[in-house]
Amino acid sequence: MPLPPLKIVSARANDPKNVTLDGYLANGGYQGLKKAVLEMNPEDVRDQVMQASLLGRGGAGFEAGRKWSMLKKSDIRYLVINGDESEPATFKDHMLVESDPHQLVEGALIAGYAIGAARVFIFLRGEFALGFERVQNAINEAYDYGAIGRDIFGSKFSIDLVLHPGAGAYICGEETSLLESLEGKRGFPRIKPPYFPAVIGLYGKPTIVNNVETVANLPWIVKNGSSSFTDLGAGRSRGTRMFALSGQVNRPGTYELEMAKNTFRDIIFDPEFGGGLRPGRSLKAIIPGGVSAPWLGPDQLDVVLGQDEVAAVGSMLGSGSIIVMDDSTCMVRAAWRISKFFARESCGQCTPCREGGSWIEKVMNRIESGAGREEDLDLLMDLCDNIVPGVSWPPQQTTICVLGPSIPSSVAVSIKMFRDEYLTHIKEGGCPYD
Amino acid sequence: MTDSEKKLKLTVNGKEVESAPGEMLIAAAEKAGVLIPRFCYHPRLEPVGVCRMCLVEVKGPRGFTLQPACYISVSDGMEVVTDSEKAKKAQDGVLEFLLANHPLDCPVCDKGGECPLQDQTLTFGPSESRFVEEKRHFEKPIAISKLVYLDRERCIQCDRCTRFAADIAGEALIDFEGRGGALHITTFPDKPFASYFSGNTAQICPVGALTTTPYRFKARPWDLEQVESTCVSCAVGCQMVVQSSENEIVRYLGIDSEAVNQSWLCDKGRFGFESVSSAERIPSPYFNEPSGMVETGWSQALDAIAKALKSAEPESVALIGGSHMANEDIYAWVKLTKGVIGTDSIDAQLDDGLDPKIVALSDRATIQEATQAKLLILMAGDLREELPILYLRIRSAAKKAGLKILEISLSETSLSNEAEVSLRYFPGYAEELVNGLFGAEVDPQFFAGDLQAARALVSSVDPASVVVVGARENLADSSLDPERAIAKLLDSLVGSKFLSGLRRGNVNGAIDMGMVPGLVPGRGQLQDGNEALKAKWKTLPRKVGRNSREILESALRGEIKVLFLVGADLISDFSDSALAEKALGNIPMVVGIDSLSNRTTSYCSVVLPATAFAERHGSTTNIEGRVSTLGKKLVGFSLSRPEWMIAVELAAYMGEDLGFESLHDIWGEIQEVSQLHRGLSIAALGAPGAKEGIVVPLSASKVQISNRRVLDPIATPGITSVGVSGPPSSSAAIPGEGDPVLSESTYSRQRSKLLELLAHDDRAKAGPEADNFALVVSKRLYDHGVEVMSAKHLSELVVPSKGRVSPKGWERIGLNGSGLTRLQGNGASVELELVVDPSLLDGVVKVEFDGALGEVSKLFGVENSTSRVKMEKV
Repeated sequence: MPLPPLKIVSARANDPKNVTLDGYLANGGYQGLKKAVLEMNPEDVRDQVMQASLLGRGGAGFEAGRKWSMLKKSDIRYLVINGDESEPATFKDHMLVESDPHQLVEGALIAGYAIGAARVFIFLRGEFALGFERVQNAINEAYDYGAIGRDIFGSKFSIDLVLHPGAGAYICGEETSLLESLEGKRGFPRIKPPYFPAVIGLYGKPTIVNNVETVANLPWIVKNGSSSFTDLGAGRSRGTRMFALSGQVNRPGTYELEMAKNTFRDIIFDPEFGGGLRPGRSLKAIIPGGVSAPWLGPDQLDVVLGQDEVAAVGSMLGSGSIIVMDDSTCMVRAAWRISKFFARESCGQCTPCREGGSWIEKVMNRIESGAGREEDLDLLMDLCDNIVPGVSWPPQQTTICVLGPSIPSSVAVSIKMFRDEYLTHIKEGGCPYD
Repeated sequence: MTDSEKKLKLTVNGKEVESAPGEMLIAAAEKAGVLIPRFCYHPRLEPVGVCRMCLVEVKGPRGFTLQPACYISVSDGMEVVTDSEKAKKAQDGVLEFLLANHPLDCPVCDKGGECPLQDQTLTFGPSESRFVEEKRHFEKPIAISKLVYLDRERCIQCDRCTRFAADIAGEALIDFEGRGGALHITTFPDKPFASYFSGNTAQICPVGALTTTPYRFKARPWDLEQVESTCVSCAVGCQMVVQSSENEIVRYLGIDSEAVNQSWLCDKGRFGFESVSSAERIPSPYFNEPSGMVETGWSQALDAIAKALKSAEPESVALIGGSHMANEDIYAWVKLTKGVIGTDSIDAQLDDGLDPKIVALSDRATIQEATQAKLLILMAGDLREELPILYLRIRSAAKKAGLKILEISLSETSLSNEAEVSLRYFPGYAEELVNGLFGAEVDPQFFAGDLQAARALVSSVDPASVVVVGARENLADSSLDPERAIAKLLDSLVGSKFLSGLRRGNVNGAIDMGMVPGLVPGRGQLQDGNEALKAKWKTLPRKVGRNSREILESALRGEIKVLFLVGADLISDFSDSALAEKALGNIPMVVGIDSLSNRTTSYCSVVLPATAFAERHGSTTNIEGRVSTLGKKLVGFSLSRPEWMIAVELAAYMGEDLGFESLHDIWGEIQEVSQLHRGLSIAALGAPGAKEGIVVPLSASKVQISNRRVLDPIATPGITSVGVSGPPSSSAAIPGEGDPVLSESTYSRQRSKLLELLAHDDRAKAGPEADNFALVVSKRLYDHGVEVMSAKHLSELVVPSKGRVSPKGWERIGLNGSGLTRLQGNGASVELELVVDPSLLDGVVKVEFDGALGEVSKLFGVENSTSRVKMEKV
């Protein structure tokens, strides 16, 4: 299948000069922002984004335009860019931040203009040292250039942009706990209701939290118009999407693909992208949208990479991270490793996640290391049920935030898909892949 | 109709429930008789919704979903199911999760038997644990202060203690550390949990994670016996239960009394119980012979005192102290001294309070009124040091309800941060500053702060909606200046009310009963006469008597022949200890009546043992004028007797009859002679629904005697119901015994100008001087006084007094690094550690009073002027 060559957010990623203002301007940078603040009023920008059907790229896939329209009226509003990308195998924002910092800045400013935020915060994962340096440099350059600050480009619109490093907690990628952290508090998620950021957000003011990739699309959308964006993709899934491909493929990496036009088979096996598996190996499972997403099997390779298409088969496109596992992978170990990540990254605030997460991790560890009991599988499923009633998808939850339901996800789906493999561990008293 | 009065309807388990907007679902359901399980929820704390035990199904746009009932407020038409299979599965699941890492050391856990986790495990969760993994381990327990132990293995991370510390006490000294399964409570490195309110965290802990050192391993809950009582460690009058095991008090717990302490106790009140069983208790009467203290019998001792009284002129008999006694004791002693002997020289204050006329003759406010005032004017020093729970109430009102505060003080206090405007004045210039508040010119060298803003603040509110809290901030200055300032405030703000900041136990009750010179029972003035008194009393003093300072001064002149010291450790507690020492040596008969021997005991000719707290019945009166009961839990120690009985017996030895055989007799007479107490029958006072006390006069507030409230055993483990004697019961509360009817009060009084009752302040005053510092001496919570020192664990908290000086003063003395300074004044010299306090005006040095150390109090002989000290670097 011919793949469209058009790239939006990663178009300049391979140009090393692009990280500086001069390089970015030479590549057509800041034209979107200029157009927005000089030729459009904020409502026009919002309309464009609404028409573009720009789905949030952070994981939930909520339409950015609709999110903005829910922002409560207030004298003070904030925009916060979520760059706290910390999930295993998710690294598409990492790449955007490091390769095109000005694009992030420009996108953030357009969003700020559109929603009437006089102050924008970029919350960047603390470990992104190079990214932090580059974005801070880009902000400094943009201030000097007149793109940030008072009366930008002579438009009478004033805006400030603050870069803030995270302190190493995955949970701070959850938007309400990000806001707590930004306020200088412990990163405990807030309870919704009433703490929907668009109503009660940063410092109690209405706040929009957008993902890095989401706002990175804005300069292009404003410059080229929403119809150019909707020319790409299908259904609700328009434009392009960054995918972080990892696992047992020949060519792991980040790939920008048109939305809803390719399948898992394309991205994994096309020589331009994943380039297939190692010789003699066969596909065992795919984690389609980050480690909190239920897994798919080899029989689901032809599912289209679109928001609703993946949801229709009981999983999610999520953060756009695709992990490929071939037949050399122990499914128990993979699920255990993921449960260990979530158990350690739980904020510990609410009981089901704090206690359930570490309990599940301990049982998984025991099975993987050979001390499993057959009744552990029912126990695991019931513990999962106590975090996600009905172990349903999309999940209901007994927890405050969605980190809780992320824990059962891999465990429950791996038990369902690979029960025999669990039983082998239990019967043989150890991992057959060791 | 305001929002809070609007009713709305919801259905809980198919049953229609009425509620009001803003109410949390968990509380609305509880009122309807549906108890939703909970751990983190506490009615006195902001909800956090973290334990997830209260998950119930609430119908929303997407059908029924699980929602935390403690975190979701009710809405009209809301449909709630708390007992569906799904809700129960979630609740069971949470309980099992909580138990997964919880150690099963219930048999050695102080909370075992009154533990919300234990109790709710009986109803929720599986009966057997499916958790076969290694449990989480921490070093256990660790002492996070001298009073509190932390066991992190037992902790269920409910956030109650941390919320209390941060939100209620305002000292976030304990907090979470770590995340996920490693989340645990901790203190900050090198900072113990040194809060005046630390014991409350153990009281509200829903497991045995926080336990208190004095109670540790002392008893099992099912062995405890309990009575309700009123704390008298200060004058706030916190409602509490006294719990004992084998005739020994082992614990006090705060009762959730809406009007007063709202569950909380300060640590001094909570842990003061250890003094009741102190080794310093006086077992029997003693004569002080040249050879030492010689044990004697009651009859010999009383006979000796009666003989001394016979030969003494009425004016040569005096009494100091008594502020710790019950109202009935006080009345008996007032009757004996004023009504039989005929002396008016009796004073429950130790020259550390205010002119009692201000307290008796002003319109009085309740704590509730103070916290709901349009403006609260504080002229009471640092309330956290003197009336800790009043501080909590005012702080909460400022933080949560936006109470506006104008603070007038000599230096920064714990409430300065909450004050809209803080004004500071130079010692001796309070009256000038208050005059300035109402428009007069003030010399700027005598005050600091935004006077314009203060004037604007005062004129922005209806004067009748102002409450003034007043007390004595500086012991090293005459009381006249603050008294006149407070009187001026109350006179100028027409209709404003006064909340007494007098701190000693029942000192406000002593004023109401006339245990001060110039007053008679019922807040009346001696000179005004009182027909009811004349009918009951043999005599009345001919003239207004002396206050405690004047008594001691006249003793120096040989004018005092018999002095009763009732619970008054003058050598430790009288501000001018040198005067006390000299005076006591010059009185032929000093009668010490006390439960604890102290530094003044050796100055007494006769010592009589009094019963201690919890060894007697009676009533006490707090800063509001609220009369509440004292519970008796223990048999009196050794030969000790309640003070009223001593008064009755002594009268008998004098050939007089006070006419009392019981507390009922005394209260009956109080009601007859005191218009203030008229209508407040003993039945009403003892009614189950009146245990949080009744404010006198009855006309001062709506008096409602409600039926007994069931206390939420999950909010306050250890007290499930009140109004009961015997083991804490886990069943529902004892129903009210029928509501006694309160008769209409007849108390009324012409309100005169308070200022006219006070002397003019015509002292020669001086302002700041470069090398002659004005001395400010103020009280602190833990000093070396006998009350603290006889309670083992409290005594360990006392640290040496510190001094404070303004930055300029610090420079002038030449201090740098170390603040060790020699203070010289009044012929005495004291060495102290000074620290810089930018809130002090230049030329002022502030020192914490610690009379028992005897040092600081030698620096000032107040007489009529502000004490001055010279300072030099050591």
